[in-house]
Amino acid sequence: MTQKSKLKDEKMSSDSAEYSVIMRGVHKWYGQFHALKNINLNVRSAEKIVICGPSGSGKSTLIRCINRLEEHQKGEIIVDGIEISRDLKNIETVRREVGMVFQHFNLFPHLTVLENCTLAPIWVRKMPLAEANEMAMKYLERVKIPEQANKYPGQLSGGQQQRVAIARSLCMKPRIMLFDEPTSALDPEMIKEVLEVMIQLAGEGITMICVTHEMGFARTVADRVIFMDGGEIVEHNNPDEFFRNPQHERTKLFLSQILNH
Amino acid sequence: MVGPWAWIRKNFLSNTTNVIITLLACWFIIETVPMLLDWLFFDAAWTAENRDECRAKASGACWAVIGERFSLFTYGFYPIAERWRVNLSFVLMVFALIPILFDRAPLHKYALYIATALPLVAGWLLVGGLGLTPVETDQFGGFMLTLVIGITGIGFSLPLGLLLALGRQSNLRIIQIFSIGFIEFIRGVPLITLLFVASTMLNYFLPPGITFDLLFRVLIMVTLFASAYMAEVIRGGLQAIPKGQFEAADSMGLHYWSSMRLIILPQALKISIPGIVNTYISLYKDTTLVIIIGLLDPLGIGRASLADTRWTGLSNEVYLFVAIFFFISCFAMARYSLYLENKLKTDYRR
Repeated sequence: MTQKSKLKDEKMSSDSAEYSVIMRGVHKWYGQFHALKNINLNVRSAEKIVICGPSGSGKSTLIRCINRLEEHQKGEIIVDGIEISRDLKNIETVRREVGMVFQHFNLFPHLTVLENCTLAPIWVRKMPLAEANEMAMKYLERVKIPEQANKYPGQLSGGQQQRVAIARSLCMKPRIMLFDEPTSALDPEMIKEVLEVMIQLAGEGITMICVTHEMGFARTVADRVIFMDGGEIVEHNNPDEFFRNPQHERTKLFLSQILNH
Repeated sequence: MVGPWAWIRKNFLSNTTNVIITLLACWFIIETVPMLLDWLFFDAAWTAENRDECRAKASGACWAVIGERFSLFTYGFYPIAERWRVNLSFVLMVFALIPILFDRAPLHKYALYIATALPLVAGWLLVGGLGLTPVETDQFGGFMLTLVIGITGIGFSLPLGLLLALGRQSNLRIIQIFSIGFIEFIRGVPLITLLFVASTMLNYFLPPGITFDLLFRVLIMVTLFASAYMAEVIRGGLQAIPKGQFEAADSMGLHYWSSMRLIILPQALKISIPGIVNTYISLYKDTTLVIIIGLLDPLGIGRASLADTRWTGLSNEVYLFVAIFFFISCFAMARYSLYLENKLKTDYRR
C-alpha cells in the first residue's frame, strides 16, 4: 500500500459513521490452523458486498467474526462504531443491529413462524406483543408468506423457511445483514424465491454482506465482489471488472469452475 | 373380509408360527387366569379377626389384614385426630396438579405459583405449628410418607438437576468443576449409603444440641440423589440441540438466560421427557429404601403387620397390596409422559 492511499484509508476509517464494518489486520486461528490472514475490509453504509471463494477459504468465518459468533485473535473489528472485544455488552449491542441468515435457516422448531419472528423484538427490544405481531406480519408479507404465520417451521419448504429466517432477522430492524450461504442448502427451484427477497431487500438501503456462490445475484446486486482463498482476501473489485477481467490466477480458476459446471 | 373374525385371523392366525403361539398363549391364560381370579376375588376372605378365621372361611387371599390395617398403611402413626390434615393436603395436591399438568385446565397461567405454594401449604398442614398442633415427623408413615418423599423429590430434583446440567456446561470453570464433582460423587454412591449418612453421620457435622429432623434429612438426600441423575438426563437433551439454535439465539442479541429459557431448554426438556420420567419413577420406587433407616413406608408397615401373630404368613396379600399402590402411581406417571410427548410432538416435525 502506498503512503498516500494508507493516509486516505486511515482518514476514512476514522470516520466510522460512514462505515458499517471496519476490519483491520484481522487474524483468526483454529488451534494451529490459520483461518483468517490479515483481513482488511471496510464496508460502507448501505454497501452490498458479495464474498465468494472455494470451500474452506474462510469466507463464513469472516462474516461470523462480524457478530462474534467466532472470536478473532488479532486485529480490530468495528461494527457500527463499536469495537468488538471480549466485552459482552458491546457484543450484544452489535448483535441487536446485525441480522444474520444461516445456511440451514436455524429457525426455532418449537415456535410458530410468527413466534420465531416476534421473539427477539419482544425479549430484546421489549416491544409489546401486539406491536411485535403487527410488525412481524408486515415482514412476513414482504417475504410473501403471511399465510404461513401460524404454522411451525417443520411444516414449510426449505425456501419458505429461509424466507421466514430473513423476515425474522428484519424484525430486529438491523442496519447490517449478514448472509451465510443462504441458498446453498436449498433445492434449485427454491433458490429463486429466496434470491428475489434478497434482491428486493438490497434496494432498501441496508448494508448487506453475503457469502454466496450465486454469481447472478452478485452481478445484479453487489457493489463489490470479494474473492477469498486460503484465509486471505485475494481480490476485490466491482462485479463487472471482477467477472470480466479477474486479476489473479486463483480467481480465474475459481470462476471457471463455478461458471462452467 | 371384515368383522371380528377377520381381525382375529389377521392378528393371531396369519401363519403357522402365529397359530402355535396363539394356542400356547390361550393354554397359558386358561391355566393361570381363573386360578388367579379365584385366589384374588372369588375364594378370598374379606373380613375376619385373624388369619385362622380367614383360612376357615375361604381358601383364597385373606384381605382382612389389609382391611384392618388400611388406615395404618395410609397414614402411618399420624395422630387420628389430625388425619384430616393429611386428607386435606392430598386433596390440595390433586387440585394443584391439574393446572400444573394440563395446559387447558383453568388457572394454568398460575401453575408456577401453585407449584411454589403447594409444598409450603402442604408442609405446614402436615408438620403443624402456626396454630396447628405440631406432629412429629417420625409419626409419618405409609403411603402418605411415600407421597411426601416422592413428591418432594420429584418437585425439587428437576430445577436442581437443570441448574447442575447448565453448570456442567458452564464456561465458568469453578461452577463447572463443582457441578461435575457433585454429579459424579452422588452417582458414584448408592442411595442407601446416602440415607445412612443422613440418619447418622450428619449429626457429627452439626453443632451439638442442634437436632435436624430425620425426615427432612432424608428429603434432602433423596432430592440430591435424583437431581444428579436428572442433570445427566437433561445434559443429554442439551447436547442434542443443534449448534445452529444457539447461534441463531446469540445472533439476535438474546442474553444467555433468555436464550436458554425461550429457545434451548424448551427443546432440550422435550427431548428429555422419557428420561426425566424414568428418573422420577425410579426415585418414587426408591422411597421404599427408607425402611432401612427406620422410617415406616408402606413396606415397613407391611412388615410390621406380618410380625403381628394374628396375621403371620400373609406376605402375599400384604406385598401385593403395596405393589398395586406403586404400580398405579408409576403407571400414571408413564402415561402422563406419553401424553406430554404426543402433545408436544405437533409442534416439532423435523
